[in-house]
Amino acid sequence: MTEKGSKPLIKCRDVAIAYDKLLAAEGITFDVFEGDYICITGENGSGKSTLLKGILGLNPLKSGKIDYFGISKREIGYLPQQTSIQRDFPASVYEVVISGCLGKRGIRPYYNKKERQLADYNIERLGIADLKKRSYRELSGGQQQRVMFARALCASERMILLDEPITGLDPMVTAELYSIIRQLNNDGVTVIMVSHDASGAIREAKKILHLDTTMKFFGTAEEYIQSDIGKRFLSR
Amino acid sequence: MIMDLLSYEFIRRALFVGVLVAVCSALLGVSLVLRRYSMIGDGLSHVGFGAMSVALAMNVAPLAVSIPVVILAAFLMLRISENSKIKGDAVIALISSSSIALGVIVTSLTSGLNVDVYSYMFGSIYSISKDDAWIAGGLACVVIIIWVLFFDKIFAVTFDESFASATGTKSGVWNTVIALLTAITVVVGMRVIGTLLISSLIIFPVLTSMQVFKSYKSVTISAACVSVAAFVIGVAVSFAFSTPTAATVVVTNLVCFGLFCLIGGIRKGSRKNG
Ligand SMILES: Nc1ncnc2c1ncn2[C@@H]1O[C@H](COP(=O)(O)OP(=O)(O)OP(=O)(O)O)[C@@H](O)[C@H]1O
Ligand SMILES: [Mg+2]
Repeated sequence: MTEKGSKPLIKCRDVAIAYDKLLAAEGITFDVFEGDYICITGENGSGKSTLLKGILGLNPLKSGKIDYFGISKREIGYLPQQTSIQRDFPASVYEVVISGCLGKRGIRPYYNKKERQLADYNIERLGIADLKKRSYRELSGGQQQRVMFARALCASERMILLDEPITGLDPMVTAELYSIIRQLNNDGVTVIMVSHDASGAIREAKKILHLDTTMKFFGTAEEYIQSDIGKRFLSR
Repeated sequence: MIMDLLSYEFIRRALFVGVLVAVCSALLGVSLVLRRYSMIGDGLSHVGFGAMSVALAMNVAPLAVSIPVVILAAFLMLRISENSKIKGDAVIALISSSSIALGVIVTSLTSGLNVDVYSYMFGSIYSISKDDAWIAGGLACVVIIIWVLFFDKIFAVTFDESFASATGTKSGVWNTVIALLTAITVVVGMRVIGTLLISSLIIFPVLTSMQVFKSYKSVTISAACVSVAAFVIGVAVSFAFSTPTAATVVVTNLVCFGLFCLIGGIRKGSRKNG
């Protein structure tokens, strides 16, 4: 495989996560290497978001373990599957983006120059500089996703977890976002993305993780296309 | 006339406590309304009424009983709202109407609807004692200082709890802080503006500001200003026309809301045309 020489950032070993009695994910074992681009696919309710939250430390593990090497849980940028609250929340684009720096700030009660510059840099990088002062709730779905991206990048330059960043966007905007992700990955950002867009996933990502509560497949995109489960999922 | 009024100590005290309560309730309102927890403010004030009626009937200090009870209720209600399995708003309505029922029964069995109970229902801004004023002032300062110092953290937790937690902000702790401060504000506010109307002080200024302002910071600052302005104007008007103070403050808030809606509408219209 390609990761010869590079070292793992995260090792998941036989991870299981449950809500009360409901087992949402189990038997998940895989490594994340520096510079990886992994796409997690699976049906609705197959435990994709649950697994991401497990990696972020938001969901406690029922069993198994996740080890982090040279990266802490807090140094992972996160783009959550959107909640309904945000849709009518009065907040400017800048306020949302810079809130990604909060983890770096510690107990200091204000953002320093470096953090403000980082926010500006990521706003620029995602091409939303002209929206900086606009209200988040007035933006289109695609623009909102770019804001979420910029915020995730403020939290981490090294690794971002994206939960369905392209769901509900039109093909044009989807293509743009894919190219942004590709660009970030080329810049050395490790990407783990949840997506329902199977054809996009095999085209864009280097590796695929197929979930159906248990891990059904983990390997390169080429291997996935050849596998039974991949063929079935792709031909839906 | 204003100078004449301000020469009375009880009026100065009323304005001092009232303005602080107005600022606190506006600040907390931003968090509660934006998370769709408006019901909690309302529910807490009713729990406060129940606790207070019982305290008056048993002849113990009302604040000493109602503050812990309301704090407890605040935790309970936040828990319930977060748990998606239970119908949060319905349970909160149950708790709040049960508290009123309990309060009314206890009151009628003992003293009947006396002046004290009445004053907690509709506020008694001019009969605030020096001690009450100090307590209210101190608590209000705590709320405001916490808000200023942790403005960005409260924003992050309110806007997107899972992202905030993922980057190391302790959302649970902040939710607890918000619940605690809400409880304190509701109890202190009951003295000034009354059980029945305190929740309007939490909800109105935020809704009003959201009609015009677009960023979190501007909404927060505007809510605090609107709240104070509406309070002071309401008190002045109630003097001029000898109307009940608390009710007049609420109506002033309603007028502000109407005005801001109008401004917001005009702005939107002109943007579309221009
Ligand atoms: N907070 C929660 N409490 C209880 N059960 C939950 C919770 N979140 C998810 N679940 C359950 O866990 C299972 C996996 O959910 P999860 O959100 O991980 O699925 P998903 O693969 O992300 O689905 P989707 O594609 O719809 O986003 C589902 O059966 C869901 O009902
Ligand atoms: Mg999901």
